[in-house]
Amino acid sequence: MEKPALISGNEAVAYGALAAGVRFFAGYPITPSSEIAETLSELLPRMGGKFVQMEDELASMGAIVGASLAGVNSMTATSGPGFSLMQENIGFAFMTEVPCVIVNVQRGGPSTGLPTKPSQGDVMQTRWGTHGGCNTIALCPWSVRETFDLTIDCVNLANRYRLPVVLLLDEVIAHMREKVVLPSFGGVKKVQRKKPTCLPQEYLPYEITEDDIPPMADFGEGYRYHVTGLTHDPTGFPTSNAKEIDQLVRRLYGKIERYRDEITRIEEEYLADAQILVFAYGSVSRSAISAVKEARARGIKAGLLRPVSIWPFPDKHISRLADQLKAIIVAEMNLGQMIGEVRRASCERVKILGVTRVDGELITPDEILTAIQEVS
Amino acid sequence: MGRLLKYLRLDKFPTVWCAGCGVGIVMGCIIRVVDKLKVNPDKVVIVSGIGCSGRMPGYLDFNTLHTTHGRALVFATGLKLAKPSLEIIVVMGDGDALAIGGNHLIHAARRNVNLTSIIINNWIYGMTGGQYSPATPRGAFATTAPYGNLEPPFEVPELVRGSGASYVARGTVYHTRQLDRLIERGMRKEGFGLVEVLSPCPVGFGRRNQMKSAIAMMRWQKDRAVSLKRASKMNEEELKDKIITGVLFEREAPEYTQEYERLMSRVKTRKEIGKREIQTGLGEIHEE
Amino acid sequence: MRNRYELRLSGSGGQGLILAGLILAEAAGIYDNRNVTQTQSYGPEARGGASKSEVVISESEIDYPKVTRPDLLLALTQEACDEYHRDLREDGILIVDSFRVKRVPSPGAFSIPISQIARKEVGKELVTNIVALGIITELTGVVSREAVKRAVLDRVPGGTEKLNIKALEVGFRIGRERRMSR
Repeated sequence: MEKPALISGNEAVAYGALAAGVRFFAGYPITPSSEIAETLSELLPRMGGKFVQMEDELASMGAIVGASLAGVNSMTATSGPGFSLMQENIGFAFMTEVPCVIVNVQRGGPSTGLPTKPSQGDVMQTRWGTHGGCNTIALCPWSVRETFDLTIDCVNLANRYRLPVVLLLDEVIAHMREKVVLPSFGGVKKVQRKKPTCLPQEYLPYEITEDDIPPMADFGEGYRYHVTGLTHDPTGFPTSNAKEIDQLVRRLYGKIERYRDEITRIEEEYLADAQILVFAYGSVSRSAISAVKEARARGIKAGLLRPVSIWPFPDKHISRLADQLKAIIVAEMNLGQMIGEVRRASCERVKILGVTRVDGELITPDEILTAIQEVS
Repeated sequence: MGRLLKYLRLDKFPTVWCAGCGVGIVMGCIIRVVDKLKVNPDKVVIVSGIGCSGRMPGYLDFNTLHTTHGRALVFATGLKLAKPSLEIIVVMGDGDALAIGGNHLIHAARRNVNLTSIIINNWIYGMTGGQYSPATPRGAFATTAPYGNLEPPFEVPELVRGSGASYVARGTVYHTRQLDRLIERGMRKEGFGLVEVLSPCPVGFGRRNQMKSAIAMMRWQKDRAVSLKRASKMNEEELKDKIITGVLFEREAPEYTQEYERLMSRVKTRKEIGKREIQTGLGEIHEE
Repeated sequence: MRNRYELRLSGSGGQGLILAGLILAEAAGIYDNRNVTQTQSYGPEARGGASKSEVVISESEIDYPKVTRPDLLLALTQEACDEYHRDLREDGILIVDSFRVKRVPSPGAFSIPISQIARKEVGKELVTNIVALGIITELTGVVSREAVKRAVLDRVPGGTEKLNIKALEVGFRIGRERRMSR
């Protein structure tokens, strides 16, 4: 195939989802994510998939968990206010280990905020939004093409680790159109869920396995099992046994920690000899790389670290870099969310400066360049 | 009876329900109907929300899903759309279905997805200790209505009928044979079916409302329930304080999953492939 | 032409600026095989009120995707002209619809009654955006005529191809005349 196309980030999500084998989408209209639902409402029925517009985001999130239990790769898309409403059932998906993908196109906040303009205000909500202490995987693209790729990765990660995975976009990436050359869909790598190989009567849906990921049966294929949001034992039934609860909660939380290195992805630019590190993600990293190049042109040894997976946070990378750097600049469209993580991971062994913006405008390369010059 | 035990997860017994609770009676009706209709248990899904009714799936040897408070119907909608071959029964309580899940209830009915839903209405939040619900009668006492409830209750069948359901019925756990028939008919019906079941909660409701024993509550059901057939011969005065049971409403209406299947075959066979499908390689998926 | 070229098409909602930006981006990206990004003011503004559509065209990869110092500014309303002309590069090109923009901020601007030309010469004011595209193509040389033509045919609604190509040709001619007269 390999023909160039001019598409938006939201369209790239829809195409990536289809390429990854998503065949169920439930959503509720919300700016700036609606084009994802619109595109999938057109294409899913033509690909043998199902689309449904639910009554709200609580319902959308519940519906995709239901569909996923039937064995279908499922997705929803929303923006901040809807993401808040989804938190309840995101927690349910985490607790019950049902794979699914949530796309959050961030817009300005707080509250209804700025529906049509970008922000990165949901970074911490993604990590800590649902109650009870869940763990999270979230990917954050910086281009339309990467949006396509990371959508596929989200589906694969959800299936691999059996959990809800968040694709965290911002309005700039979602609505921007770029020329992309998409790969042949047939060649897209699809991770299948681990299925039980035992007899139905021997099946333990929440079995403690060597890899911490229990095999998952689809509803309707003969493995009749119980799924509950209550703390449960390996059989899937509620338990109030302290030891079993401890084992469950630690395993759920711990499976991301265990596979942290496998999941964590960063991109480095000009870091080998860098003295000043710009830490940026999503659309802001486009401004950041522009500023880094300009700084280099002016003889300042600047570099960029871009977390592709913002959760789990790339602790090791920051920690390793902290001693070789003069300063870290964290540029983000909020009043300081990732900067706290950078402080934590670096143990503040290095000077850390934030460049923030919450007025609905993308941080410009000049703003970051000014900060680079300030600390150099 | 012995034949029905295979549908139960007997190792999970005894149940969490109090003596005199009606949820177990409804559970009995469900397995009798599944058995009568000879539905393959592998295809049966029981979905519930939170509360006393929410625990029912755990005792039934089907595919069982105990979801979040009020959301049972949305999980069920996703399941049914993704795999229409599943036979899905949704069990909810009155607080569950009518308060926190009220929006989902009316929309599931409107969408008319082929689900059989049962609201076990005991007029109270039982599991949390007897707070008033949207089904609690006006004037009744509850832990959050110590001076009597000020709010009027929902007329559940009217609500669900007005929302677009294909089938609406009401029964009581006292009249179990009737209840079997009502649930069976709901399962046979294409489209969204609702059975409201009046069910006693002697601990959460009766105790505070002059019906201390389960027997007193059952007697109340016996005295108040009037079948639709009998009610048609009664005058307004006689019907005062009565509760009409039976198939209250039934109609033929497009069912969502079938409509969607039709839509899929309609658009799938479309000859022309859109520009964006060519540009982006989606055409290849068509050919798969 | 410089490596990075920035265009801002501005006016009010309903003037077809978003579509014009899309066509321009597709022409440069798909048919002229360059790198492009296209962004726009989105939402309520796109349906009345100030509206803009921006295109960055580059030989190399585009980092910052938005337009800050346009090389070309098209202003179809006075409001848009007032708001954006200061951002224009010193050597940038300003094209205004002289029917709607009376106060032109720089003497070097191309004042062309675009909407009137669309109405009188093409027969429909609706195609003002496409006439403007033709003019931009000629005055900037940033995309090829052939590429724009193909992109127009791709994007305009079925049945309006003839009308739009006519509009584009009129734009090409006006643009060429203005370029020659400089």
